[in-house]
Amino acid sequence: MIKFLHVTKAYAKGAALSDVSFHVPKGEFCFITGHSGAGKTTAMKLIYMAEHPTSGEVRVSGFSSNRLGGRDVPRLRRRLGIVFQDFRLLADRTAEENVAFALEVTGARRSTVAPRVMRVLAQVGLAGKAHQYPRELSGGEQQRVAIARALVNEPTVLLADEPTGNLDDRATRGIFQLLRDINAAGTAVIMATHDLDLVKSVDTHLVELQHGAVAYDSAEDGGIAAEDASEPPAPDGEPAGPEGS
Amino acid sequence: MNLTLRETALAFRRAPLPSLLSITTIAFSLFVFGLFGLVAVNIHDVIGNVAERVEVVAYVERGTPIEATETAMSDIQAFPEVQSVAYVSSADALARARRELPEFRSVFQDLEANPLPASIEVHLKPPFRDATHVAAVADRLRSFHFVDDVRYGGDWIAKLDHLRNIAAAVGAVVGAAFALVAIMIIGTTIRMAVLHRKDEIVIMRLVGATDGFIRRPFLLEGLTKGLLGGLLALGLSYGAWALVNGYLLRAAFFTGGEAALGVAAGGVLGLAGSLVSIGRHLRSI
Repeated sequence: MIKFLHVTKAYAKGAALSDVSFHVPKGEFCFITGHSGAGKTTAMKLIYMAEHPTSGEVRVSGFSSNRLGGRDVPRLRRRLGIVFQDFRLLADRTAEENVAFALEVTGARRSTVAPRVMRVLAQVGLAGKAHQYPRELSGGEQQRVAIARALVNEPTVLLADEPTGNLDDRATRGIFQLLRDINAAGTAVIMATHDLDLVKSVDTHLVELQHGAVAYDSAEDGGIAAEDASEPPAPDGEPAGPEGS
Repeated sequence: MNLTLRETALAFRRAPLPSLLSITTIAFSLFVFGLFGLVAVNIHDVIGNVAERVEVVAYVERGTPIEATETAMSDIQAFPEVQSVAYVSSADALARARRELPEFRSVFQDLEANPLPASIEVHLKPPFRDATHVAAVADRLRSFHFVDDVRYGGDWIAKLDHLRNIAAAVGAVVGAAFALVAIMIIGTTIRMAVLHRKDEIVIMRLVGATDGFIRRPFLLEGLTKGLLGGLLALGLSYGAWALVNGYLLRAAFFTGGEAALGVAAGGVLGLAGSLVSIGRHLRSI
């Protein structure tokens, strides 16, 4: 479903990723972890093809970074749901309108929009707050709206880049459980995080990046992520900035 | 298309003040250009009115048979520069002199014989009312054997040409400067409006909207703001014209076509500004 094949991504100031290879099969829950600046966000951007590899190849749901036509990026993104640390909700629209926006701008039939929006808001536990504006919602609730927006187009993969980075412990646990539930329903979830407690709490696929290279891949190792992740992922263990790594 | 219209309407409803400011900014920059346009139109009209008096007069030798004159007049009428040709007999010339020169009435009344020759008066079409064309027509008139003399006021036509050239040069330079300023202000205004909605563009891209789809509501918004700004500028220009016309001096206003062109220019500038701004954002996201 998602394959990184010897991917290097270099910027003017240096390489963000060097010879990175890993594979996330269909329906899997995968953590991408690492310290701040390890290359997590770059890896996520390469998956939703906001960036293109300097060398190597990224394959996502049948699309290849090496054979990307002009309309392929929008087509790929309709199969993905993307969630960010800073929620990226439109402040002048209600929760319902924020979610509906994702359907409307991708050409969904108008008659189908309202029922789909309500269904997905109910799924994230916000059916009762559909008409509230982001400023009227807590951080955890805002992230739930963002997740609802990401889910409403029924993606095969949900990408979550530090989705709990701005949340307190209780909201973090709630969002993480929601992502687990979404995964249990069949959607692959790739979550970039530097939150070791979360990583340790479940036994699932873990790709650890260090200085732009894969330091550990539980799928290659055959080991259990929770055990390996008990080691600190970064020497300094610094929290990520608002945009993640 | 429905969504495009709805999103455009929403953009105005959600941010009424910024939208109003954009439209007002566009209106005032077009208004300044419009005022310049009004001045240019009126100068053009004044020069045109003066140029209407340009005529070439060919004096006919005494004793020339009227048939020969009439044949020549049909030939002259066929000149590409000529708008109209008129024959003024010596009797008509005397009557006109008595009417138009009352201070010499007594001189004209005591005449035994009419000293004024008959003449052919030639008016030229507007594009040919300049020194070069007038001189060329005068030369051709001289070639008729019965033409005694040709007069056309070469000096003042040369001065008129000079005035026309100055007006055209100043008009082009000042007009271009005003237009450039208007384009820059409108471009910046539209760019700010697009910047105001940058988050929407980001979300649209992330959820898989195509670039064409993203562009549409912004282009429609730019076009609408440009047209509304153009209409407001037209209204302001009309108000300024009405004040001048009522209290200072009689002046001409834009024709319907010129007014429509001005409003359309606002729309085009709004559309072009949006196209450039949205293109920049799409490339950077």
